[in-house]
Amino acid sequence: MWVEAAVATLLVASGLATLVAAIGLVRLTSFFQRMHPPALASTFGAWAVAAASIVYFSALESRPVLHAWVIPIVLAITLPVTTVLIARAALFRKRQRGGDVPPPLHES
Amino acid sequence: MKRILPAPLLSLSLFALWLVLNPPPGAGQVLIAAIVAVALPVAATPLRPQRVRIRRPWVLLRLILAVGRDVILSNWLVGRAVLRAGARPPSAAFVRIPLELRDVNGLAALAVITTGVPGTVWSELARDRSAVLLHLFDVDDVPAFVEHYKSCYERPLMEIFE
Amino acid sequence: MSPLLTVAIVATLACYGVAMALAAARLMRGPTAEDRVLALDFMYIVGMLAVLALGIRYASGMLFEAALLIALAGFVSSAALAKFLLRGEVIE
Repeated sequence: MWVEAAVATLLVASGLATLVAAIGLVRLTSFFQRMHPPALASTFGAWAVAAASIVYFSALESRPVLHAWVIPIVLAITLPVTTVLIARAALFRKRQRGGDVPPPLHES
Repeated sequence: MKRILPAPLLSLSLFALWLVLNPPPGAGQVLIAAIVAVALPVAATPLRPQRVRIRRPWVLLRLILAVGRDVILSNWLVGRAVLRAGARPPSAAFVRIPLELRDVNGLAALAVITTGVPGTVWSELARDRSAVLLHLFDVDDVPAFVEHYKSCYERPLMEIFE
Repeated sequence: MSPLLTVAIVATLACYGVAMALAAARLMRGPTAEDRVLALDFMYIVGMLAVLALGIRYASGMLFEAALLIALAGFVSSAALAKFLLRGEVIE
């Protein structure tokens, strides 16, 4: 019983974190502010779902089933690459358009 | 020893990963895991431009715990700031942080930590690696944040990698 | 599968669905190309989380591999799109 309560809590927490991230993605006004909310889904959201999956399958098969922890690790390795690339692309394009962003670091 | 196991940590993680992905761990799986753990790092040696040396495991462990705590805490803070964004717009800003860390692997780890913690995005690194441009989502006290960033993440990474 | 867990999974999937729809709205509205890439990247993550939740619903380990594939496909496509925005060419 407590296993199902734990799994349910973790799943709903992950759903709420993802929902808040999506609300931020729609509501915030500037692009660089909108870069931040998706991290909620990819850190806490992914951790909670992976933990729920580990707890549920371990209880179901009555032995430790840990394979879901690979998901947060894969996300932790791949997401910085895409996030940094998107941030650099955004900076590059804003500078070309003459937007309100800091100048390149290596020239200052 | 060096020739057989060029990267003991990598071998250990590969061994653990194989056993976790192929349950239940019988004798055959342990054998395959050992072969993979020994063969892959040797095969990948030409692909690794330089050796990574992890110096102080205790500092690394403490850093991982500190980052875990910061991720949970800033998840909460960013979520709250997003929900309140209508009444109080977040004070987002670019911040230039001078760096003392020069090691390539250390900088990569710093970038992973920075992007992993919600509320900070690693935007640009200077060509000579002397400074980094971060975008902060909602930080009122910028000098305190810079101090926290340098003492909690950069200095442990310097101890580990340099 | 107890009623509690069924309700929790349905609620979670509903949250993911709404999040996906909001991200799709951002994808349509833009206004810049970076916004669209960011929204697409986010949709990949949410889709992956939904597949993991479905894996719990159907008590199936196979869906875990599908989630891993979605994560990798999302990584490659977002990196390629961002690279494209950076220079205008995918492969230099």
